[in-house]
Amino acid sequence: MHVRAFLLWLFLAPGAMAQGFAGLGATADGFALPDPDRVLEFPADHGAHPGFRIEWWYVTATLTGADGAEYGVQWTLFRTETAPGGGEALPWQKPELWMGHAALTTRDKHFVAETLARGGTGQAGVVLDPGFAAWIDDWQVAGLPGADALDAMSLTARGGDFGYDLALVAEGPLVLQGTGGYSVKSAKGQASHYYSQPFFRVTGTLDLPEGAVAVTGNAWLDHEWSSQPLAPDQTGWDWFSLSFETGEKLMGFVLRDGGAGFVSGTWIAADGTATALPPGALVAEPLERLDVAGRKVPTRWRLRLADRGLDVELQAMNPNAWMATTVPYWEGPVTISGSHSGRGYLEMTGY
Amino acid sequence: MGGMDVLKIEALGKAYATAEGRVEVLRGVSLALAKGESLALTGESGSGKSTLLHLVAGLDRFDAGEIWLDGVAMSGLSDAGRAAVRRDRIGLVFQQFNLIPSLDVGANLAFQARLCGRHDPDWTRELAEALDIAGLLQRYPEALSGGQQQRVAIGRALAARPGLILADEPTGNLDEAAADRVMALMLGLVAKTRASLLMVTHSERLAGRLDRRVHLSAGRVSG
Amino acid sequence: MTWTALSALMSHWRRHPLQLILMILGLALATALWTGVQAINAEARAAYDKAATVLGGEGVNRLEASTAPLTMQDFARLRRAGWPASPVIEGRDRTLGLRVLGVDPLTLPQTAVPAGMPGVGAGDLADFLAGKLGYASPQSVGVAVPGVVLKPLPDLPPGLVLVDIGLGAQLLGVDQQISALLMDSVADLPGPIPAGMVLKRGGAELGLSRLTDSFHLNLTAFGFLAFVVGIFIVHATAGLAFEHRRPVFRTLRAIGLSSRLLAVLVMVEMLVLALIAGALGVGLGYLVAGALLPDVAATLDGLYGASVPGSLSLRPGWVLAGMGMAVVGTGVAAGGGLWQVWHLPPLETARPQAWAKARARMDRVQAGAGLALLAVAGGTLLVGHGLYAGFAVLAGLLLGAALVLPWVLARTLRSIARRARPGLAQWFWADARAELPGLRLALMALLLALAANVGVGTMVGSFRATFTGWLDQRMAAELYLNAESQDQAARMQDWLAPRVDAVLPVTLVERDLLGQPGRIYGVVDHATYRDHWPMLEQVPGVWDLLHQGKGVLVNEQAARRSGLALGDPLALPGGEVPVIGIYSDYGNPEPQAILGIAAFQARFPEAKALRFALRLPPEAVAGLSADLTRTFDLPPEAISDQATIKAFSLQVFERTFAVTGALNVLTLAVAAVALLASLLTLSGLRLPGLAPVWALGVTQGRLAGLEFARSVVLALLTAVLALPLGLMLAWVLLAVVNVEAFGWRLPMQVFPMDLVWLFGMALATGALAAAWPAVQLYRRRPTDLLRVFASAR
Repeated sequence: MHVRAFLLWLFLAPGAMAQGFAGLGATADGFALPDPDRVLEFPADHGAHPGFRIEWWYVTATLTGADGAEYGVQWTLFRTETAPGGGEALPWQKPELWMGHAALTTRDKHFVAETLARGGTGQAGVVLDPGFAAWIDDWQVAGLPGADALDAMSLTARGGDFGYDLALVAEGPLVLQGTGGYSVKSAKGQASHYYSQPFFRVTGTLDLPEGAVAVTGNAWLDHEWSSQPLAPDQTGWDWFSLSFETGEKLMGFVLRDGGAGFVSGTWIAADGTATALPPGALVAEPLERLDVAGRKVPTRWRLRLADRGLDVELQAMNPNAWMATTVPYWEGPVTISGSHSGRGYLEMTGY
Repeated sequence: MGGMDVLKIEALGKAYATAEGRVEVLRGVSLALAKGESLALTGESGSGKSTLLHLVAGLDRFDAGEIWLDGVAMSGLSDAGRAAVRRDRIGLVFQQFNLIPSLDVGANLAFQARLCGRHDPDWTRELAEALDIAGLLQRYPEALSGGQQQRVAIGRALAARPGLILADEPTGNLDEAAADRVMALMLGLVAKTRASLLMVTHSERLAGRLDRRVHLSAGRVSG
Repeated sequence: MTWTALSALMSHWRRHPLQLILMILGLALATALWTGVQAINAEARAAYDKAATVLGGEGVNRLEASTAPLTMQDFARLRRAGWPASPVIEGRDRTLGLRVLGVDPLTLPQTAVPAGMPGVGAGDLADFLAGKLGYASPQSVGVAVPGVVLKPLPDLPPGLVLVDIGLGAQLLGVDQQISALLMDSVADLPGPIPAGMVLKRGGAELGLSRLTDSFHLNLTAFGFLAFVVGIFIVHATAGLAFEHRRPVFRTLRAIGLSSRLLAVLVMVEMLVLALIAGALGVGLGYLVAGALLPDVAATLDGLYGASVPGSLSLRPGWVLAGMGMAVVGTGVAAGGGLWQVWHLPPLETARPQAWAKARARMDRVQAGAGLALLAVAGGTLLVGHGLYAGFAVLAGLLLGAALVLPWVLARTLRSIARRARPGLAQWFWADARAELPGLRLALMALLLALAANVGVGTMVGSFRATFTGWLDQRMAAELYLNAESQDQAARMQDWLAPRVDAVLPVTLVERDLLGQPGRIYGVVDHATYRDHWPMLEQVPGVWDLLHQGKGVLVNEQAARRSGLALGDPLALPGGEVPVIGIYSDYGNPEPQAILGIAAFQARFPEAKALRFALRLPPEAVAGLSADLTRTFDLPPEAISDQATIKAFSLQVFERTFAVTGALNVLTLAVAAVALLASLLTLSGLRLPGLAPVWALGVTQGRLAGLEFARSVVLALLTAVLALPLGLMLAWVLLAVVNVEAFGWRLPMQVFPMDLVWLFGMALATGALAAAWPAVQLYRRRPTDLLRVFASAR
């Protein structure tokens, strides 16, 4: 679950600011709405969904070098429609914007890059034919020739002083989040379509200022689209994607609203069987707030899921994983300890 | 008419307006000059002798009295009339700045004679020889010595054979030897043309070489 | 002591206020014209710089098309290859009369974002991207662009709107074509420059400033000419002031002032005068520039499409340059005098009679230098080329002639004086010659001003004659029509077919030609072209070949700049074509080519024929215009008739030279003042020469008349010499400078009335300048003249 798409939409449509952060909950007049009865079809649903206001393709990877050094990698492509009904438009005037974020995190450094594009020019896009490819500029996540859909992909991006070129091979099935890919985001019924591929095995190379580093590890891909995914009173977002050494995985999120918040998630068995978490099952508790980029950000968490006997502590690998992009947020790899151990990714917005 | 004076001045008065007020330069001067006669006008600096000469030449107007030139009253003449008198009847020699700098000596010599239409090449040549300037005719005034310039000026004054020669300190800028020579030449030629001569000078020695002398003092004849 | 000395020096000006006035006036006038021109140029350059740096100037490199135009696909392809390129669309919206600059703020390099434009993340961006918000200079925000709110951005040049690329493409009616791709100049290139593109480094000369350079050089040359003429005045008066004050200098030296201190004092005095006059001149120059700028702006817009604001702002650059020129000018003009003061012996050495001889020798030396300059000008004409060589020829010609003038006049007057009747006539001529040393500088100034008048007058006249003839040929059709869309164009054609003699579609594409932005036209086969097109050179059967697709016509500008001759191949999209004809195309700075319609459509299938030239009987024009307007509900700008276009073209033409004409007249005025200054300062010095003549029986009135006549005669003699000089000047302007500056050569025509006018002006200048001194002489009291003879001098 990624909140920046909304923020992107926010800064491009400042009129909505008048409603505060809840402007995200502005009515979706004219845009398509998620449909709980909709059955996702692949590979078609890997592509873009015109008519929806926001959509993103999102890859995070936890990696290890030959020397045991740990790394995190993020690759994101956002698509936003700025006006409904952008079908027939003059050149350059398609009401669609794209934004790419790329990051590479080490123990003590965090590299970030951002790039923007307008729709309809070919500078950014997502295609399914001849194979899946999502790109902006020369950043790309694309199916390898001959591979099915998301089964085997290459992932590249680069910034001014870093880059990465990774090969991703899926070792498990796609996971539909929520109910058959219909992910509810508030008690009032806001929702999105959302599925993941959390089973990528990764090999590849990171380009760092010190030189190239060969790495291996795991990656997790999310694809989500909606038009009005936040309730008016929700102010920020904490999102977890955790891979345990048992082969099990957990996706969980907390939508903060000043009260108890809206907490939800999915338990993913090692074979890919997904179970939506009932409300109140997951308890997420921030343990320590650090001063990051002038804000108090919780970089240590305690997560409990009684049903699964889960009681773990998450520690940010690099607490300074601040995304100093147009819309700033925190995103970086975490180390899991406690009842389960493993690695994962944490994203926190609205701080 | 034979006995008539070439020049007759009666009760001549002239005053100038200056910063210090009105200054009377001439206060009733009377004198006469017969044909062929030479008269020296002497006096202190500021006695009015140069002014008298200028008035006779028609170079300026007088305030009172009268000047008759060949019996013609000057007071009745216009600018043009007085210019005609200067051109036709008078030869002028000044202390300096006599010559026209843009003309050569030959042209300077004949200038006035040509102006009044009495140019006589033979007489001009004779004058040039007499004044010992025949060799300088192609030169320009700036290339001449003071004595040479003054001899050209005398030649020019006589070239039109005027009845009256007016000279204002003609040798004032010359050393004694040159002055004597110029004076001798002038007196000789004036006598030869039977012209009358009125000469302003402060030099007793030069005045003594003329027929008569009149001393001016504070604008009046005093002797 | 210093103060006492200074006040002794300064007292001279109290006693000779006229000299002071003339000196200051001359310097101020010279400074004014120079400053005025500089101010105009500075204003225009600032406008170009703004235009050039709207998108970052040196910080930004441009990728431009070298063959086919760039498109959106090129942009996407480069982005995906990792090039940090950002698309721009530039062009002129002829309906709105604006330059349109369309950018993509999402990719625009940071260095290219105009100061004050809100960047990504700011509130205005959404409106900007949506085409609801644009930016323009504060002067231009009032322009109505439908549906767009314009906000002021001071860094933008006037007449330009900065909009989103989507709106820009819409306003300019282009589809996916873009003008260039911008990149931050510090960014590394991800690879070799792609085929079909060229990289233009930031800060490289823009076409606009290169085109207008010639125009500004023209102005600068005139400004400098005026300044030189003005310096003649200063030199004359300063020289006189030094001459008059010799006794004062000598006395000061005698009482113990060192020559060094004296020189410093005089320098201080001159500096003070220069600063006063400079300030006056800069102020005057501001007025001059303010008066001329609207015309200049109109010219630059009409001729080059360059927008320059019609109002002037005070810029430290030209203010300081003006003051500097005043000081330098004074230094040059008074340098000789200063040198003399420095080396003045405390005791009077006999006032050198040799001075006159030295003067004569100097005249000869000067004439020799002048002849050498003329020879250099001739040599440059033979071997040099380029605009600057052209101006070098002009400078050599003018200065050389000016330097030779005193010697030529002296010789002429001497030979006239020799032949004149002895007596007063001879004196008249001899004295004219004697007067020459004092007037030579003023006469040199007059020569320059008159020659410039003849030269420029002849050039403009020749140009006008050629231009009007050319307009008659080129604008052969009676009516010109613009359609809004292809659909409307088709309906118009159907409607018009039975109503007019011929409908000639005008199809064109804007493409780079020979490395410059230009236009390619496709024309149908019609007698209108065959009979009227203003061909300069052509192969036999040119029109048949053209319509068989076997050749291309190019305009003179294109041919000259690239050295194209008949038969040479011209590179066009779709392959080379031989040049089979060259036509004249005045008033257009761009290269242009014409293809037969079939060949054109084969090469440019995307081009739309939205413009038509209509042939019909002239008396039917008004009726048809009204019918067309009613039937198709056309805006007034959609139809133009021949007469209107011609009138507009001629108006642009006249404005182009209005400024030149104005500067010309001002230069002449400066020359007249120079002459007046010299005559007035001479009048005192001339008394010793005049007094003997007066004493010998020439009335003051007659003397004054002769003095007046003498000045007029000198002016006329100068005019006689200015005549051939002016014609030579015109020839160089037409055959050398115009070719370089505008790309066209014009036949020279001599207009006898202009030459009569020249003598009229010389007469008027001489008379105006001589009148006052003559009247003064006439009114002088006899005592003044008598004082000359007074023994107490």
